[in-house]
Amino acid sequence: MTDFPRWRYWLVGGLTLLGLLLALPNVFGEDPALQVALAGRDKPACTAACAKGIEDLLHAKGVSFASAALQNGNLLIRFASRTEQLRAKDVFEGEGVKDQYNHALTNAPRTPAWMQWLGLKPMKLGLDLRGGSLLVFQVDIPGAVKQLEGSIEQDLRRSLREAKIQYTDIVPIKDAVTQQDAIRVTLRDAKSIDDARKVIEKVNSKLEIRVDENPAAPSITARVTEQMVRERSDYAIDQNLTTLRNRINELGVSEPQIQRQGRDRIAVQLPGVDDPTDAKRRIGSTASLEVHLVDEINNPAEAQARGVAPLGSKLYLRRDNGGPVLLKREIIATGDQFVDASFEMRQEGPAVNVKLDNRGGRRMGETTRANLGHRMAVVYVEKLREEKIVDGQKVSVDRTKEEVISDATIQGVFSNNFQITGLGAAEAPELAKLLRAGALAAPLYLVEERTIGPSLGEDNIRRGMNAMIFGMLTIFIFMAIYYRVFGLVANLVLLSNVVLLTAFLSAINAVLSLPGIGGIVLTVGMAVDANILIYERIREELRNGVSPRAAIDKGFDRAFTAIADSNVTTLIAGVVLWAFGSGPVRGFAVVLTLGILTSLFTAIIGSRVVIHLIYTRRREIARLSI
Amino acid sequence: MEFFKKVPTLHFMRLRHRWYGLSALLVLASVASIAVHGLHLSIDFTGGVEVEVGFTKPANLEQVRQILIAQGFKEPQVQIVDTVRDVLVRLPPQGETVTGAEVGNHIKTALSTLDPDVKLRRADSVGSQVGRELANNGALALLFTFLLIGLYVSIRFHTYRLGVGATVAAMHNPIVVIGFFSVTGLTFDLPALAAVLAVIGHSLNDTVVVFDRIRENFEKSRRAPPLDLIDAAINQTLSRTVITSGATFVVVLMLFVFGGEALRGFSVALLVGIVVVTYSSIYVASSLALDLGLTGNDLFPVRKTADELDKMP
Repeated sequence: MTDFPRWRYWLVGGLTLLGLLLALPNVFGEDPALQVALAGRDKPACTAACAKGIEDLLHAKGVSFASAALQNGNLLIRFASRTEQLRAKDVFEGEGVKDQYNHALTNAPRTPAWMQWLGLKPMKLGLDLRGGSLLVFQVDIPGAVKQLEGSIEQDLRRSLREAKIQYTDIVPIKDAVTQQDAIRVTLRDAKSIDDARKVIEKVNSKLEIRVDENPAAPSITARVTEQMVRERSDYAIDQNLTTLRNRINELGVSEPQIQRQGRDRIAVQLPGVDDPTDAKRRIGSTASLEVHLVDEINNPAEAQARGVAPLGSKLYLRRDNGGPVLLKREIIATGDQFVDASFEMRQEGPAVNVKLDNRGGRRMGETTRANLGHRMAVVYVEKLREEKIVDGQKVSVDRTKEEVISDATIQGVFSNNFQITGLGAAEAPELAKLLRAGALAAPLYLVEERTIGPSLGEDNIRRGMNAMIFGMLTIFIFMAIYYRVFGLVANLVLLSNVVLLTAFLSAINAVLSLPGIGGIVLTVGMAVDANILIYERIREELRNGVSPRAAIDKGFDRAFTAIADSNVTTLIAGVVLWAFGSGPVRGFAVVLTLGILTSLFTAIIGSRVVIHLIYTRRREIARLSI
Repeated sequence: MEFFKKVPTLHFMRLRHRWYGLSALLVLASVASIAVHGLHLSIDFTGGVEVEVGFTKPANLEQVRQILIAQGFKEPQVQIVDTVRDVLVRLPPQGETVTGAEVGNHIKTALSTLDPDVKLRRADSVGSQVGRELANNGALALLFTFLLIGLYVSIRFHTYRLGVGATVAAMHNPIVVIGFFSVTGLTFDLPALAAVLAVIGHSLNDTVVVFDRIRENFEKSRRAPPLDLIDAAINQTLSRTVITSGATFVVVLMLFVFGGEALRGFSVALLVGIVVVTYSSIYVASSLALDLGLTGNDLFPVRKTADELDKMP
């Protein structure tokens, strides 16, 4: 013998070794751990001294830990048990300690150093197995478009005024023809239509412009096109992703994941966070600032009494005493122009030092120079979505909270850097962080929230592993009894299938979820099928009086089409599931799809190699142990 | 060891009309139950709030319910999960936007009067819009799986007689599985839907093996009556069908026993699915092929010989 190609040995041997190596990191398990970083503006790296301080703190509180190691400027503390880990967490949440350090619950793999050096990593565990929070935010696209229209309207006012073109009014309308939102500029004089048109085109050349030369009320209607809406929403989502990343980095969670999901959603995964209340508030906050000039000509009390603000002004309320203030509509600087912000505790109260970008700085410089001695105000703006019951039905209502937090006389000319006061002691540092991380380009609303506590995660792992171990044991015992030597070969092949699958999943950085473990168990059940098909075929050939060697060959050859065919359809289901699913279900789809591929390989090629090694190398085969 | 020492000679096809009746009954009952009872969908599809709390001692569900109602929660559903100490509270959807952790903490605080050491194990909140989309996506995924598998089968078996049998079997299976959820009132969640898709994929597994054998038997003796050849094919593969299904059933049973609440829907859908798949591959797929008039010519179209082709203009 043999016409049995030698490369199959090498292929099977090589892949098995590679699989073992890649799967190996998974056997070491994980330690419950805590990642601690120094809190502070520039995220100072934790040094040996800081590590010593943290260790002493834990000793003082009587919390024991297995080890503490510095890693990328963080201190990674490992614990012997979940209980100790949670006790340590309580220490870091205590008064006085809380502001000093950022801490995050995490699991630290026990992979030995040489493996880490080789880049070998264990499979990542999904939130359902390690505990944590999933937050899915909806990006408010209509809100972003409305904002765009608002800013265009404002630009139109300013540009027309600067070009000295007189208009009777500029109003947002519903286009009579297309029923879409548009801005109508009504001019005083039909002669200025061409000039006005040029100005509008300069404001934004993408606007769709329609002219109505009606002499009584000559007007130009500018409409925001579909393309502009699309560009704006893409921008809003990208900008929000960036802002969320920055904000989440400030939270100090270990291994957070931020992904775009579908057309207008953002999914945030925060492993180890068992109460996302605080995180949610800080991630989704739409709090921002606006700077306006104060309208010093009109009387705010009068405007409040009449309920109407004079043209070009808007009525605001003061945060401290609720008194009315009239501010000019024009915005001098908005939150998205703040490039940096820091908190400072001063004698007169908490203050936020802000830095404007170039455009904002120039505008601020011009404004302060022209308005020395006049008053300027800072408005705190927050968009809120509330649910109200209207006619027995729940509807969401958007509300904008706007409060004047400071109102002061301009004492000197300043541009990029200035200071804002009038905030609360707790609010000021938070607002500084928010401004620093960047403003949201469109409000976010939470549409899905799932939190799994650490104890449930641990239970889930245990349950999944038990199901896997007992499922495999039953199969192994049955196969060994039913097919004897061939059964043992099948068991070896099944085991290597699980190893290969684990190796694959670890190599592609797949996330293992509870349904994923279910998928592995199911794969084991389905992988036996290929072996059974082959063995039944061999038995049948033997019954028909075929020689043992020929029976083996025929068995493998004949069963091949059935095995391949029957798996293709499951593969199809797996791929569809992957395309439509998300989260844990997608984990299942990945396992199912890869599991079919590895089981095809191990059953068709792997088991043939082993059987060949045992039997067909011999000159004579008296009988098969099947 | 062998369960079938000899190839059995059971007359499956002769009884096929009774089994048709049973299949029709199962499908009708499933559809009727889904229409009347509906399906107990999880918050994955409907939106809503689910909070799981762990007590340190066995929980009194009635007390839990009373406390929640006193706290102003409307229609709280309360049930035990996994152990007598873990309680699942289900609340109707809050609307489009959600606040899971706040509700969870509220419930935890309220229940700490029963047990000061009560722990919040899980707090899920899904907006109604997200739920609707997930339900739509699930339906789309089902549809796509059917279409793709139907396409594959029709390409693979060149004859509609096998194709129709296989596709009807593949559609019959998930209907019965979902019907089972409807009749028993078990919660149908996202993992259960994933399992149903896997069942559709798997349902062709047995069918394909039987069809493959049918094709082989026709190859051997094209003249023999189709009924006998199909019976023979089923008998020849019976041992494999029983063992494979048994093995898969047993591992999934372990998932059911050990997997806990989170995998309950998943493992039940697979368990029911495996049983239905096994039976339908024999009785729905093969029987339909026979009754649609499957003959050897369908599988091996009469090819024109080279001689004949030469004579063609």
